[in-house]
Amino acid sequence: MIVQALTFYLFAGITVAAGVMVVSARNPVHSVLFLILAFLNSAGLFVLMGAEFLAMVLVVVYVGAVAVLFLFVVMMLDINFVELRQGFLQYLPIGGLIGLILLVELVLVIGAWVVAPDAAATIAEPMPAPERMTNTHALGLILYTRYVYLFQIAGLILLVAMVGAIVLTLRGREGVRKQRIAAQVRGRREERVELKKVPTRGGI
Amino acid sequence: MEELLREYLPILMFVGIAVGIAVALVAASYIAAVQRPDSEKLSAYECGFEAFTDARSKFDVRYYLVAILFIVFDLEVAFLFPWAISLGRIGTFGFWSMIIFLAVLTIGFIYEWKKGALEWE
Amino acid sequence: MVDLWQGYAWPGLVIVAQIFAILVPLLLTVAYLTYAERKVIAAMQMRKGPNVVGPFGLLQPVADGIKLLFKETVIPSGANRVVFIAAPVVTFVLSLIGWAVIPFDFGVVLSDINVGILYLFAISSLGVYGVIMAGWASNSKYAFLGALRSAAQMVSYEIAIGFVIITVLLCVGSLNLTDIVLAQKDLWFAIPLLPMFVIFFISALAETNRAPFDLPEAEAELVAGYSVEYSSLTFALFFLGEYANMILMSALTVILFLGGWLPPLDVAPFNWIPGPVWFAVKIAGLLFLFLWVRATFPRYRYDQLMRLGWKVFLPASLFWVVLTAGVLVATGWAPV
Repeated sequence: MIVQALTFYLFAGITVAAGVMVVSARNPVHSVLFLILAFLNSAGLFVLMGAEFLAMVLVVVYVGAVAVLFLFVVMMLDINFVELRQGFLQYLPIGGLIGLILLVELVLVIGAWVVAPDAAATIAEPMPAPERMTNTHALGLILYTRYVYLFQIAGLILLVAMVGAIVLTLRGREGVRKQRIAAQVRGRREERVELKKVPTRGGI
Repeated sequence: MEELLREYLPILMFVGIAVGIAVALVAASYIAAVQRPDSEKLSAYECGFEAFTDARSKFDVRYYLVAILFIVFDLEVAFLFPWAISLGRIGTFGFWSMIIFLAVLTIGFIYEWKKGALEWE
Repeated sequence: MVDLWQGYAWPGLVIVAQIFAILVPLLLTVAYLTYAERKVIAAMQMRKGPNVVGPFGLLQPVADGIKLLFKETVIPSGANRVVFIAAPVVTFVLSLIGWAVIPFDFGVVLSDINVGILYLFAISSLGVYGVIMAGWASNSKYAFLGALRSAAQMVSYEIAIGFVIITVLLCVGSLNLTDIVLAQKDLWFAIPLLPMFVIFFISALAETNRAPFDLPEAEAELVAGYSVEYSSLTFALFFLGEYANMILMSALTVILFLGGWLPPLDVAPFNWIPGPVWFAVKIAGLLFLFLWVRATFPRYRYDQLMRLGWKVFLPASLFWVVLTAGVLVATGWAPV
């Protein structure tokens, strides 16, 4: 139990510290690296809550895929971040105002938050013993049947993301020679090879 | 719960020990070897030339496209994991539910193929 | 005091001892894999390979290690120091920690987690960071290009690996590695899922940046790619990481397709040999395949590499996922 608590504080502490560093680091690449650290430690927190599947998927999707894209963008987009920072003081009042509004909204939301009446009943239900039912299994049992519409909507969102990315980024380049493997395989001997009888000492 | 966490503790310790070994190795070499840096030695390698420009520059947008498409397919794989291990219990309905999901994404895949997003030149 | 000892310190020490029981043989294997690679390729090219240091050159890896230890650690002046040092450490650590969940025999496993295969998948998806960090921190054009290529390549083959893992999981019904091995008691998955086995092995080559997919370090054009600015033990860590990754991927292939520690036939002469030995023999066989491939095939061109990953492996493995699931549902063989 003590080890568990200590690990919790370790992960939580690093997550918060990394989060602060994401905002305050001067170099944007360092920011993204700290973001990755924060993700990894949140995965640790998920494990501490017993949500193994969620923890691993967090690492696979966010750290393994999303953060790679972030890194690509900030590493290589060649943005001059010193210039970006110059207007910092100028935008401080309006930025502060937006932050304040968000804070008020958050407080209102949390203040008006009531626990759903049937939540207590759900919590009181006996959990299936973890030895027989892993949480991946439990997810699989309901995700594709009870929540089938949400699942299909997720699929459609992914489709939109895919199409959108292609529409936004793809630029055809002119005059590029490509390898056409089908044509190469289809090619026949007669089209490619020509045998010539070369007379000795005569040349062609 | 307790049981579950007991299995994860060795992983945490494993990570700690692995980091320790790696750092110790680098530090050992740093201490053991003679460090005599000079400006030529510390310049970036560019076939004997002086480095022209900063190496971090813009590059082909295709790399971003690959990263974005990877996110989409990675999510698809993440959705497949729970499905794969519970297929026996969710039966035919679960099966067709996933087939529709995959069909939608296959439409996207065919679109990107036809658009030439997978071509490299 | 007694409580503290029995409750925490003693179990902790036991775990540390177990970790070293995995790490020490592993690092020795890595060292001798580099030796084996040179010997095997030499034999295939009718050369002798290392044969001077010690009998049959057996001390060559030790000599190499000591040489690298006493080399100067050069950190380029334009480099980002912290990230530059962190990159090889990340690569090395990621190549080791996968071993925490690998079962060597029934019950012989450091941590038998429920989501073992997902853990390994996550670790392998992190592998790309060491390379990107190295390429960016070096601030050298070759390193940068190598890192870029490598990142796109690893990411592309990751998807195929994911789909192949799904086909295996469909036949198992659990994410636990021990369960995956036990499901192959009667028939190794390499037989019914043979095409997937082939795709997985080739993707493993690409994922570990091995020949013929070693474009990130193509010595002829990128002069070693992302590791060009590295020297001394920072380079050694990249090198060790690459070889440890090869062993890890081989172990994963054995667990997924070749029945882990199980003997090929459960009859008299085969099942006398203990499980870990079978496991090691199978891994060694796959590693030999890795080296054989390197000695045999020329390097892929980059557009061909991406084509293979996205246009061949991805549709093929996705098709097999659907096919396997369809067969399992139609016949009612799907594990409950």
